Amino acid sequence: METELFTANNIWMMLCTALVFFMHLGFSFLEIGLTRQKNTINILFKNVFIICTGLLLYYIGGFNLMYPGEFNGFLGFSGFGLAIPENGLTAEYANGGYTYWTDFLFQGMFAATAATIVSGAVAERIKLEAFMIFTLLYVGLAYPIVGSWQWGGGFLSTLGGTDGGFYDFAGSTLVHSVGGWAALIAIILLGPRIGKFGKDGKPKAILGHNIPLAAAGVLILWLGWFGFNGGSVLSGDPATTSLVLVTTSLAAAAGGISAFIASFILYKNYDLTMFLNGILGGLVGITAGADLMSPFEAISIGFLAGILIIIGVSLIDKLKLDDPVGAIAVHLICGIWGTLAVGIFGDLAGIQQFFYQLSGVAIVAAFCCLSSFVILIILKKIIGIRVSKTEEIEGLDQHEHGMDAYPDFRMNQH
Amino acid sequence: MKKIEAIIRKSKFDDVKEALHQIEVNFFSYWDVTGVGNEKQGHVYRGITYSTTDIQRRFISIVISDDFQEKTVNAILESAYTGNIGDGKIFVSDISEAYRIRTKENGHTGIN
Repeated sequence: METELFTANNIWMMLCTALVFFMHLGFSFLEIGLTRQKNTINILFKNVFIICTGLLLYYIGGFNLMYPGEFNGFLGFSGFGLAIPENGLTAEYANGGYTYWTDFLFQGMFAATAATIVSGAVAERIKLEAFMIFTLLYVGLAYPIVGSWQWGGGFLSTLGGTDGGFYDFAGSTLVHSVGGWAALIAIILLGPRIGKFGKDGKPKAILGHNIPLAAAGVLILWLGWFGFNGGSVLSGDPATTSLVLVTTSLAAAAGGISAFIASFILYKNYDLTMFLNGILGGLVGITAGADLMSPFEAISIGFLAGILIIIGVSLIDKLKLDDPVGAIAVHLICGIWGTLAVGIFGDLAGIQQFFYQLSGVAIVAAFCCLSSFVILIILKKIIGIRVSKTEEIEGLDQHEHGMDAYPDFRMNQH
Repeated sequence: MKKIEAIIRKSKFDDVKEALHQIEVNFFSYWDVTGVGNEKQGHVYRGITYSTTDIQRRFISIVISDDFQEKTVNAILESAYTGNIGDGKIFVSDISEAYRIRTKENGHTGIN
């Protein structure tokens, strides 16, 4: 391969790495915007902690746990730290797509995302120490192990032997559902926020305190997704990268539109937060098959994802669970939908592929639910996972951090 | 001297201010207030309907001489009116003393 092409590919992959990094700001903004001001510092603290520890953990062992090279398909580990292979900086390393360093950083940026998803769902009530320990274990071990099963060349990628296997282009399951399942287990164990359900058991609205910030977060995430999906091509291949950006954007647009229409039909109200969640649902939905879909198929996937968001958000309320930012609907439900959609739409569609997709979803579900349950139940027994009632009512910012996000605006003493 | 306090719709504030200027009441204070009342506002947030009785209004406080009372009250009654529930209220009370800090004047000359 020519040096110019290798250089161009690598630049594209580094740009995508930067875009995926930027998504962490998007997640933070969305999460802050849809929660109350008294917990803002706490949420930012968690998100910043996730990025820093996510990268360090990926350096320590995550990268080599996720990409162990030749292994038994279930669990492999090629050593601590980074050890650059002989050809790591040449075009031989990854078909000329990127260097070893780019590989590490791009994948490292992905790793932290799984914990960010959990952070949104458990916001406003989880004990900070418990969340930090959970993040260390889940991002450090569970995420790379699941990743190795598919992207590391493990057993999911060869479910059908040589005929093919599970397919997950950029992580509807491997990233979003991995975070989503843990989020679901966590909110079941945590219980709803005080005031989320009335004495009659009916759900109550707990308003987000900064909707403009939430909107900015979602638009930043959309931008970041160009890197998340675009970079998952693993090179700057003109045909595939450009297709992926088109399918990604069309699915996002369709998801937003269908969510706002569905929400208007059901609730007679133009709810911006549902519109925003719909965009994210579309993005998560297209992620598993962004390189396989035609534009129209991408729109169909996004459109259904948007409707699933509306159903999902109210389903969570009906189940007496509390997910302040809609993380379960966006990342879990749309993650499952996007993964299954690979068997329904696009180049791989077929009964056999649908079965592979379904198996992948089920296997990852079992592993993630079990591992997050074990981690959280042990934490619950040892240090507790929920803050005290007083702390929850007065705000985590005051009690855990002794700070106020907006010291000049103390109007709302909830 | 009298103090006239009025709670009015924010949307009627400019009309009220204009009407007060018309009758040469040029000095007053105001601030935004939140209260509870009969008016219920229905909202939907993420699929959950809720109603709030917290109502946003503007509070005006005017101190005037006794002979201005009637026309001031009338000006507000006319200018703040829409006919719908929630137009607000006016309260009149006595003021025993008033001082102008700069000149140390008191009484009627202290307020205009």
